[in-house]
Amino acid sequence: MSDGLRDLEVTVWRGREAAGSYQRFSVPRQESQTVLDVIAWIQQNADPTLSYRYACRVGMCGSCAMTVNGKPRWTCRTHVSKVVKGDRLEVGPLRNLPVIKDLAVDMDPFFDKWVAAEGVFHPEKSRHDPIEPVRPTSEQRVVADRGIECINCAVCYASCDTVSGNPDYLGPAALNRAWTLYNDQRDGDRRGILDAVSGSGGCHNCHSQGSCTLYCPNELDPLGSIAGLKRATVRRAFGMEG
Amino acid sequence: MKIRPHRQHPLWFAFILHRLSGLALALFLPLHFYVMALALNAPEKLDGFLHWAEAPLVKFAEFGLVFLLAVHIFGGLRLLALELLPWSGRQKTLAATAVSLSFLLSVGFFLRAI
Amino acid sequence: MLTLRLYMLQRLSALVMAPLTLGHIATMIYAIQGGLSAEEILSRTRGSVVWMLFYGSFVVAVSLHAAIGLRVIIAETFAMRGRRLDALTLTIGLVLLVMGMRAVYAVTAP
Repeated sequence: MSDGLRDLEVTVWRGREAAGSYQRFSVPRQESQTVLDVIAWIQQNADPTLSYRYACRVGMCGSCAMTVNGKPRWTCRTHVSKVVKGDRLEVGPLRNLPVIKDLAVDMDPFFDKWVAAEGVFHPEKSRHDPIEPVRPTSEQRVVADRGIECINCAVCYASCDTVSGNPDYLGPAALNRAWTLYNDQRDGDRRGILDAVSGSGGCHNCHSQGSCTLYCPNELDPLGSIAGLKRATVRRAFGMEG
Repeated sequence: MKIRPHRQHPLWFAFILHRLSGLALALFLPLHFYVMALALNAPEKLDGFLHWAEAPLVKFAEFGLVFLLAVHIFGGLRLLALELLPWSGRQKTLAATAVSLSFLLSVGFFLRAI
Repeated sequence: MLTLRLYMLQRLSALVMAPLTLGHIATMIYAIQGGLSAEEILSRTRGSVVWMLFYGSFVVAVSLHAAIGLRVIIAETFAMRGRRLDALTLTIGLVLLVMGMRAVYAVTAP
């Protein structure tokens, strides 16, 4: 079963944020093993009380993100061989979010900020209006398309030191969403989006550290989206409505 | 001091360099202003200070200061370009190459001139 | 803690300072050739409107820029927010402005 490979030495975060510690497990190594496989093995074979979150296992649902050897990862699509240090693997909950238990974090602040950034579509037409054609090649649509494949995994949010330093900061995912909606010609409140991202926790707090873009598992560019919002808000302040 | 794993990438280093150089420059400013204000109140003290500024250690500190300033300016121009110009990756590489080449050229020229 | 207005002040002061700083460095390199003496510097700057404007605008820009920059560092490092943070930002900016203007006056007054 272990194909002659040495067992993995896995340390896993147990408990809550304040009262918790890393616990060691020895897990048999397998070929093409993902980090999620390792966590599932521990829960099924070593300690059934281990709490973690996952659903689709194919990188679509965005629920299994964790901190692996210090970096935020989607664990279902992260091969052990890619991130293991010797035989060691350290798996913890995502940073910047309250820990519920073990590897499961409370995602509420993350999604609250989606809403606070007006990262919600603002419809202005009813079912009686004709369908508005959107030209896929239009400049706006191309820009929006670059950011829409977000799976809400919060990897960018966990990687962002600006979020750590400023808990009010809306964060890369919410701002990326706001940027895609700002570039959606059907959205009915594009001015409202710019207002929402201009407050004391808005896009202007970003330090362009670029961890979001570096770690985004879907290879999106929240850093670029936030720069886009900075440009759009500055343009509007100078009376050049975009 | 160990740099945490998620920070080990070029843009984060660019950020920390910009922050530390900016902090150092901001702390240096009041000192600089104080010394220059001596010109009016106590010119002999300023001359004494400028004489002291000839010492090798102070010269080295001066070099450090200009270095910090250069780091902060070019880091800042990088930020402004990143934020204000919606360039493609290729354009950015070309622009960065052009800037660094012209910078190298002008420094070389300058070192010859003095 | 950075709103659109503070962000724009920060970037605009940076844009103003970029050429001023390069001019300042060039002036320094020129000035220190063959040693530095107070008299030598002052003979060139005293009563010069151009130098007064040059360094006057420099001081305004750098006071704004440093105060906002320090504001962000203080807020992120010490978790300071709200009125206290605003008051501290304003104090830093004003202290730098007054000290800087004194220095400009000392060097360029006729």
